[in-house]
Amino acid sequence: MRRLVICLSLLLGAGDCLAEFSGNVAVEAVTFPEEAQFEDQFDENVTLSFEPRWEGDWNDGDDQWSVELFMRADNKDAQREHADIRELLWLHFDGDNEWRVGINTMFWGVTESQHLVDVINQTDAVESIDGEEKLGQPMIHLKRYQDWGVLDFLLLPGFRERTFHAKEGRLRADPVVDTDQAEYESSAGQQHVDYAFRFSQTYQDLDLGLSWFDGTSRDPLFLTGSDANGDVVLIPFYEQMTQIGIDAQLFYLDWTWRLELIHRRSSSAIRDAFIYGFEYTFFGVLDSSSDIGAIVEYSYDNRPEEQRGVFDRDVFVGARFALNDAQSTEVLTGLLVDIEKYSRNFRVEASRRVGDSWKATLEVQVFSNVALDDPLRALANDNYLLLEMAYYF
Amino acid sequence: MPDTRIIALLLLLALPCSTLAQDAQQRGLEIAQAAKAYDRGFTDFTANMTMTLKNRSGDTSTRLIRIRTLEVEGDGDKSLSIFDEPADVKGTAMLTYTHGLEPDDQWLYLPALKRVKRISSRNKSGPFMGSTFAFEDLGSQEVEKYTYNYLRDEPCGEWTCHVLERFPAYEHSGYTRQVVWLDSKAYRLVKVEFYDRKKALLKTLTASGFAQYLGHYWRPGSMYMENHQTGKSTLLEWTDYQFKTGLTERDFSSQKLKSLQ
Repeated sequence: MRRLVICLSLLLGAGDCLAEFSGNVAVEAVTFPEEAQFEDQFDENVTLSFEPRWEGDWNDGDDQWSVELFMRADNKDAQREHADIRELLWLHFDGDNEWRVGINTMFWGVTESQHLVDVINQTDAVESIDGEEKLGQPMIHLKRYQDWGVLDFLLLPGFRERTFHAKEGRLRADPVVDTDQAEYESSAGQQHVDYAFRFSQTYQDLDLGLSWFDGTSRDPLFLTGSDANGDVVLIPFYEQMTQIGIDAQLFYLDWTWRLELIHRRSSSAIRDAFIYGFEYTFFGVLDSSSDIGAIVEYSYDNRPEEQRGVFDRDVFVGARFALNDAQSTEVLTGLLVDIEKYSRNFRVEASRRVGDSWKATLEVQVFSNVALDDPLRALANDNYLLLEMAYYF
Repeated sequence: MPDTRIIALLLLLALPCSTLAQDAQQRGLEIAQAAKAYDRGFTDFTANMTMTLKNRSGDTSTRLIRIRTLEVEGDGDKSLSIFDEPADVKGTAMLTYTHGLEPDDQWLYLPALKRVKRISSRNKSGPFMGSTFAFEDLGSQEVEKYTYNYLRDEPCGEWTCHVLERFPAYEHSGYTRQVVWLDSKAYRLVKVEFYDRKKALLKTLTASGFAQYLGHYWRPGSMYMENHQTGKSTLLEWTDYQFKTGLTERDFSSQKLKSLQ
């Protein structure tokens, strides 16, 4: 403990414990070519983000610490201007046990188009539309290595609310979500302590994970209410839930088969859902060093239509291009089609290193054929083109 | 009657030929086995690697990678690569369980997503980090990965080298043939020529600056891989070799990738 205190006191100076400082600063420019659906929404925006990280260790690496922050400055979307502690972690190795205490991110799952099993961290929904940006979650996490598998035990005190775009922001819900009025099923509210457990093991070409979660659902339901000005708003309502999850990935020749399956019980619904699909990789296409992966995924959700979200019964067809060049150029593109409403979402994400320290990212999202009764309707005019230049240090 | 005589003559000529060929194969295999035996027992090592990529017009880019390797008895080695540069991939870690003829197992930790992904690694001919080294050039040298053919002994710098041909026995190799120069004293891999699927010379690897560790194991200080067809080259410079550092199987668990620094 004394070493830890010394370590912390050394943070501002130099010392053994202060090992590394790294991170990135990025400028993001986005343009929405179609006229906004709602009043006051902007058409173009330029924002700035900063993601610093510090890490170090002591006791010959048996103890590690790390801090990672995220900040975004946004002049037009007040809800997207935010800061978050992504990581504030003490990690202790003790033989076959690993203890993590603090704020951290933990990802579960295998599928590409959407994620079902992954329920530990809240989605930082203002950051990206694909739900892959997460808010830091306070946790006490024990990882235990056994010969027959790896066990994760998590105690999750403190709940993080999902972020939502402001009234002026593009990609917002209709009506706008008022996070200030968020409600909880549990009387403990944000102080409810959640539990989670996971078993995972690799059996040669099969990766298997079984997970269990009991606590506040990261996915809110929405109640209709009104804000201080009397405008109609959506109020997030966070239920209690229990979820059992299975994730599996099987490698066979140039095929990768993926499955995520959940059974979720809450007061409002019993939800059974799965995503199932494959990726087939064409290596060294046309005698080049490029690889192309063809991805097909199908998702299903048993809940009645009025309870389902967007793209809960859909097919995703996509392709991943990896040029394997010195600039690590990669392109992921795909089409998500709702198989009942036929709403479509087409996306392209491409990235490439520029020089030694810069990375350029291009993202295009197109929403088309959106049905009038589809919850996706609020985004119907929000096709966008986004360019990010990030400087890494 | 004349026919049988010709056949007999042909048989007489062919017999020593095929015995010679068998001898050359046997000798090649024995040298490969001796090379593997010489390096056996290193247990584990760690090292730092600076990788300098150069394209045809002379532009360079640099990667800094920390390497940890665990010797596995009866199978290919386990190896971890931790990237420190370029900055945008800092913290990325790649774990590989190499195997003889079977495809390797491979995992990638992506710090931006805080996610460990298992990746398909059947394609051994793909480039490593955009360099002129393919994954198959960097994996552990298991005897059963190739069939061999001894060619000759010849001087190579200050040493005498065995020159062998080897032919990949595993699937999805980018090569039809390699010609290998191994020194006859300590089986140091001095030079390799790689011939592509069209049997044309594709690349040449030259290793130099060998140093001995624990009084036995030799490792090169630099490895230079030139691609004759694209004009690209890659220089690997190895520093801070440490052997028998106490690494264990657990240190090479895919779930450990997230806690590497």
